[in-house]
Amino acid sequence: MELRKQHESNISPEVPDEWFVPKPKDRNEAEAVVRPSLSYWQDSWRRLLKNKLAMGGLVFLVLLVFMAIIGPLLSPHTLDQELTRQNLPPSSEYWFGTDELGRDVFTRTWHGARVSLFVGAAAALIDFIIGVIYGGIAGYKGGRTDNLMMRIVEILYGLPYLLVVILLMVVLGPGLSTIIVALSVTGWIGMARIVRGQVLQIKNYEFVLASKTFGTKTGRILRKNLLPNTMGPIIVQLTLTVPTAIFAEAFLSFLGLGIQPPHTSWGMMANDGLSTILSGYWWRLFFPAFFISATMFAFNVLGDGLQDALDPKLRR
Amino acid sequence: MNTYIIKRLTAMVVTLWLIVTLTFFLMHSLPGSPFNQERTTSEAVQKNLEAFYHLDEPLLVQYGSYLKSLLTLDFGPSIKNSSQDVNDMLGRGFPISFELGLWTLLVAITSGIILGVVASLRHNGIIDYLAMTIAVVGISVPNFVMATLLIQQLAVKWPIFPVATWSSSMHMVLPILALATGPMAIIARLTRTSMLEVLTQDYIRTAKAKGLSPFKIVVKHALRNALLPVVTVLGTLAASILTGTFVIEKIFAIPGMGKYFVDSISNRDYPVIMGTTVFYSTILIVMLFLVDLMYGILDPRIKLHKKEGK
Repeated sequence: MELRKQHESNISPEVPDEWFVPKPKDRNEAEAVVRPSLSYWQDSWRRLLKNKLAMGGLVFLVLLVFMAIIGPLLSPHTLDQELTRQNLPPSSEYWFGTDELGRDVFTRTWHGARVSLFVGAAAALIDFIIGVIYGGIAGYKGGRTDNLMMRIVEILYGLPYLLVVILLMVVLGPGLSTIIVALSVTGWIGMARIVRGQVLQIKNYEFVLASKTFGTKTGRILRKNLLPNTMGPIIVQLTLTVPTAIFAEAFLSFLGLGIQPPHTSWGMMANDGLSTILSGYWWRLFFPAFFISATMFAFNVLGDGLQDALDPKLRR
Repeated sequence: MNTYIIKRLTAMVVTLWLIVTLTFFLMHSLPGSPFNQERTTSEAVQKNLEAFYHLDEPLLVQYGSYLKSLLTLDFGPSIKNSSQDVNDMLGRGFPISFELGLWTLLVAITSGIILGVVASLRHNGIIDYLAMTIAVVGISVPNFVMATLLIQQLAVKWPIFPVATWSSSMHMVLPILALATGPMAIIARLTRTSMLEVLTQDYIRTAKAKGLSPFKIVVKHALRNALLPVVTVLGTLAASILTGTFVIEKIFAIPGMGKYFVDSISNRDYPVIMGTTVFYSTILIVMLFLVDLMYGILDPRIKLHKKEGK
């Protein structure tokens, strides 16, 4: 009580009420933007950075691409066979061991990574191009065109994906380019459906109408107005397409329908390794199987993360 | 509802027809006849063989008779094993594959739902993280890798289960586990996500306020609504299990349909490839259709014919 009195007496005489004057209002200052504005992509990127698991996946994938490029150069061994060093376990000389023809598993793993990543990237690119064009046209034109185009998609959607791919592989003959063709034949359908749904929704927004009133051509509206605004779901779909394609390649190679020797892929290495696993040559299965699984895992968590990061509804 | 079913049935028939046509012309577009490898056959034998398999007729006639025989559910004879009909192969292989597939589906659904529900009830707890780690690993590891790991660990290192073949219930454990992991993981994740959403709903709070037991709330009120998204993926899951049986049956030497299919591919036995493809596709298409119907029945809010027009 006494303390408070002292306190009051201390302040009140020296700080008269007149000193408290409202600060003059400054229009410009009130309207000023304090923080730098974030674009959609910056905002999404910021949110993705916070997602540790997704970033882990992204870092892994970047490293994987890096290793696929320079990996084979790191090892002193080439893809050549050397029958004197069959099935050696991992050591300081052969980091991942050797296979039954004496080939270095480390070198082969990164050569396989090139094939797997190439298949994934090519399938994703083709799906993207066909899916965006098909879905974009169906969604934007609407009406009869849309109805017809979606009927076709509906029928194709009923086709069992891997069965069709297997069938095409049988007919076209195994090989890298035929895998990509076979994967693309039905692969674009999911993308087309997503793009169409998005375009149907966005084409009614005011900015598209504004664009139309300025006399913008259809192609330009699709490219400049609709596509950028559907990019979020498209990217998420792409992160699903790539592991599906990689898995399909591994699956086909495992059935003997994929990449043919002397080329290699993870699926083929796993298939080779599988037959010798009971002899104890675990490294021949472990390394390709590990990288298939890890890549699928990385794409899955990255896809999940992107889905959250790119969803404008979750924007804060 | 009825118009929806009719529409769907028409689409199904068209899809099937497309598959039959596609497989037929793809198979017949291959250069040479399937007997070319056997050098010893004389001209006359070759002619007779071609006549036996109707390969000497014009393509369209062959196509017509193939369609006709399909309508009577006759897939024709195998080329490599002339004593066998594709129907025989399907008849022998299908029950085994069906058993494997059905058990896998059951194991995947029950364990996936349990895992998902437990994870959602312990949201962000240790059990949740554990369950979701299992789930993500299950999605990432291809089933042929899983199968090999299981054989190596549970059949070779610790011989608890037999390594391969399909005769007793003990033989069934490893293939089912290997095949069920992926679908289980997908179901677990979906169940968890939708359970988390449902558990925050007002009617769950009402149920709690009424003093219902937690078990009853979860099973009767939450799970019933949370399972709808799970039902939608059943069709795709069935497809992935079905294609999964190819490799699983190959690894475990199970004499199912998948084994015939894979063998027919490496033997280039075209009638068998065609027959199995058409058979598999029919199963899948019917499954997708049933799932859609089930979805409409489970969720009365969904008007099937309206969804169609959208």
